[in-house]
Amino acid sequence: MSMAAALSESLGTIVGSGQIFTHSEHLRGYLVNGKAPKAVVRPGSDLEVAEIVRWAAMERLTLLPTGARTKRAMNVPTAAFDVALDMVRFDRVVAYDADDLTLSVETGVPLSRLAAVLAEHRQFLPLAVPFMNRATVGGTIASGVDSPLRQFYGTPRDYVLGMEFVTGDGRVVKSGGRVVKNVSGYDLHKLMIGSFGSLGVITKVNFRTFPMAVSIGALIAFFDSVSEAAAMRHQIAQSPLRPLTLEILSPEACELLFRDRAAGVESGPRLMDTPSKARWALLVSFAGSGRVLERYERDLKALASAGTSALLDERTTSAVLARIREFCPIALESSPGAVILRLSVLAGEIAQALDGLALSAAKQKLPWAAMARGVGVIYLALLPTAYDGEVRSRVSRAIDDMFEAFQPRGRSVTIAWCAEEWTGAISLRKTTRNDLEWMRKIKQAFDPTRVFAPDPLGAWV
Amino acid sequence: MGSRLLDDLEKLLGKERVLYKTEDLLLYEYDGSVEVARPDYVVFPTSTAEVVETVRLAARHHVPLLGRGAGTGLSGGALAREGGIVTSFARMNRILQIDVENERARVQPGVVNLDLSLAVRHAGLHFAPDPSSQKACTIGGNVSENSGGPHTLAYGVTTNHVLALEVVLPNGDVVNLGSAAVDPPGYDLTGVFVGSEGTFGLVTEITVRLTRLPEMVKTLLAVYDLVDDATQTVAEITARGITPAACEMMDGWTIRAVEEYVHAGFPLDAAAVLLIDVDGLSEVVDAEAQAVAEVCQLHHARSVRLARDDAERDLLWKGRKNAFGAAGRVSPSYYTQDGVIPRTKLPATLRQIGEISRKYNLAIGNVFHAGDGNLHPIILFDERNKQQFRDAVSAADEIIEFCIAAGGSITGEHGVGMEKDRLMPLLFSEADLDLMKRVRAVFNPTGLLNPGKIFPTSKGCGEIYVRPQPAQAVPSP
Repeated sequence: MSMAAALSESLGTIVGSGQIFTHSEHLRGYLVNGKAPKAVVRPGSDLEVAEIVRWAAMERLTLLPTGARTKRAMNVPTAAFDVALDMVRFDRVVAYDADDLTLSVETGVPLSRLAAVLAEHRQFLPLAVPFMNRATVGGTIASGVDSPLRQFYGTPRDYVLGMEFVTGDGRVVKSGGRVVKNVSGYDLHKLMIGSFGSLGVITKVNFRTFPMAVSIGALIAFFDSVSEAAAMRHQIAQSPLRPLTLEILSPEACELLFRDRAAGVESGPRLMDTPSKARWALLVSFAGSGRVLERYERDLKALASAGTSALLDERTTSAVLARIREFCPIALESSPGAVILRLSVLAGEIAQALDGLALSAAKQKLPWAAMARGVGVIYLALLPTAYDGEVRSRVSRAIDDMFEAFQPRGRSVTIAWCAEEWTGAISLRKTTRNDLEWMRKIKQAFDPTRVFAPDPLGAWV
Repeated sequence: MGSRLLDDLEKLLGKERVLYKTEDLLLYEYDGSVEVARPDYVVFPTSTAEVVETVRLAARHHVPLLGRGAGTGLSGGALAREGGIVTSFARMNRILQIDVENERARVQPGVVNLDLSLAVRHAGLHFAPDPSSQKACTIGGNVSENSGGPHTLAYGVTTNHVLALEVVLPNGDVVNLGSAAVDPPGYDLTGVFVGSEGTFGLVTEITVRLTRLPEMVKTLLAVYDLVDDATQTVAEITARGITPAACEMMDGWTIRAVEEYVHAGFPLDAAAVLLIDVDGLSEVVDAEAQAVAEVCQLHHARSVRLARDDAERDLLWKGRKNAFGAAGRVSPSYYTQDGVIPRTKLPATLRQIGEISRKYNLAIGNVFHAGDGNLHPIILFDERNKQQFRDAVSAADEIIEFCIAAGGSITGEHGVGMEKDRLMPLLFSEADLDLMKRVRAVFNPTGLLNPGKIFPTSKGCGEIYVRPQPAQAVPSP
């Protein structure tokens, strides 16, 4: 019997033959880092997932849960995997208590569909993440991608109330609960956020939901230097204002996001009537009723006096935020060999960090664009115009430079997204962190037989 | 063996920083819960290095070890259930660094919660988690228990404000988890450490996020003739998507106990009051205060008024925060629960608690974080009356069972500790608990760090777990 037929037969007894795919055409849609699985299986329940996990452990096969597969350009673990667990059938909103602002949802549900369900009650989840129109709940949580709305709402760490998942020994486990306050047992679900499927298969996530804002608005301010933009961020932080989002954009990032027609998502709003050439921008959005918006507009205008600024109406604000949300996908599409680094710094270090990153890129004559969130997360996209051996070595040197500049100071640099060509081509440096050993032990506790993707520690250090 | 351990401890820390005489240990038998357990030694390290050495000594002598802050915990987390060494962090109480620009502080575990807020007030900042015991409880204890408080409704509980930890593991390793910058790469070990109730390691340094003080705060007091109207109000405030900074409820019994004690100005004839803070930008506060008042009136509040000034607001809050102390003055003994329910179930749950009160003929006071659905029913009983004591236990069980059936939890902020360990199987399956134990074993493989907590112990099964609480003024949760 061929490998494919053997897999089909074993898996067929668990999920039924209609939910298994082994045709190469089909498998190509599940390529990760250039490698295709041997089979794709679509389980229909957590018990089926558990059974598949136990079977895979026995057969010494590895599993990778997948959703809409929008994050294959994220720098996920590179090892091959045998079977893709397509979670598409986990598509139910299990419970939604709108009056309690709590939600329990299966992980295959697309964020866009969930948004529509919540919108009926004028509620939402603050997950404005890349590939928003296709991404699923599971992929969003498992990858830990962030949302510009974290400025106000925090991250899933703050509003995921509990989870159900299947561990590497094939057991269905839950952690947390469905109420907004709960300290029963360990918060194991926090470990699952951003674990890239290495600890278990998340089947259900419980969220706290949020009421939609009455209305939103934004201000964009342009400055001659990054330090002026960073100074305005600092002033906002020291004021009583609590913006929804706050991003500092390099001149190239403005160009990328707001030029007339950018690829992928809906075309960008024209913000470039305001002076555009080589100026840094600070984009800050806010929410509330009319009087509240007026207050924000007044105060922010005053704070932006060092540059030129423009207020954006509700429609433009929505469009601009959609572009900010899609910064990484847009950057990836704009260059044949794009690499996007992600750097975490203290908010007060943003300007200095951006200067350092810019220097490393310039030294290697690489075009770049940067977006820094007000909370201190910087996305730096290296955007070579061609991809060949020579470019490749320049990109490598720039990355080496950046790691050297930040890693010793306790600031983490990771390669968040990269073009497929880069897979395995970027050498990673050793970290100075001393908790990796404990992370490996956590992986061992969740997945003793290593049925899931290897721990992504390689990508994290 | 015992005397050799004592020698070793004294050699390490000096005689004055090791307690072992029965009379010296008495204070450490208790925390804020109803549990009692006596340690064999209490030690007072002053540095991470001394904690490491203490941990190594405990391991070498194979004795249990646990940490302790101010001892205000409400579930026995800091009690030496199986004896051994209590490591008090009373002398590791320094604020190590305040970074105003980046809104961070690095502190030792023995720093008192309120002291940190006072230390950063000049910069317009505070440490948001505010347990009612905040004048006494320590940040190390807050981290272990993932403590809440009235204002966690809008600001989140301790875990939402902790970014990095230095921990000493039971094998003596010093490990740094997380980072002052957000999103450190890797598994969120900080997130799982917070709230682990001292069963993973001893926390020796904590990096927290500081929060800007709001521009304006308004405090509303809504008075009701029916408990049901008050709970309906809370359910509707939630449903309308209004998030006050705090939304607390006290019932008539509690109001009267509090008034007698604090004289805060609560109406003695009311069936319930809601104490609601709204804060933020002045424009936001004006609108929210008005929206809240409207909902209160819609649900037949007898009166809704704003605290006139800071003095009146402080007094009202003092009344709320001392509610448990007030209960202690009125009743010989009381027992408190910490159940959580969806906010939509508040009216039904309070009616059920009323039923249970009538069924057992026991007074049950209610004072709780209504906006979070986090109940604190106070069951009053006379410890000398054996039947009443048993009834109090049964009543507490029935309340918790109702919370679980309503989709809630057995503890919202007090922790499981040695008080609710036997209830864990009501909420979690064997597989759930097994994974939790495996994670504990990652950090604490011998189980000698804070043993007998969180997980049901065979000897605890069926044991009467409530011991009478002598009347005493303790800060309320």
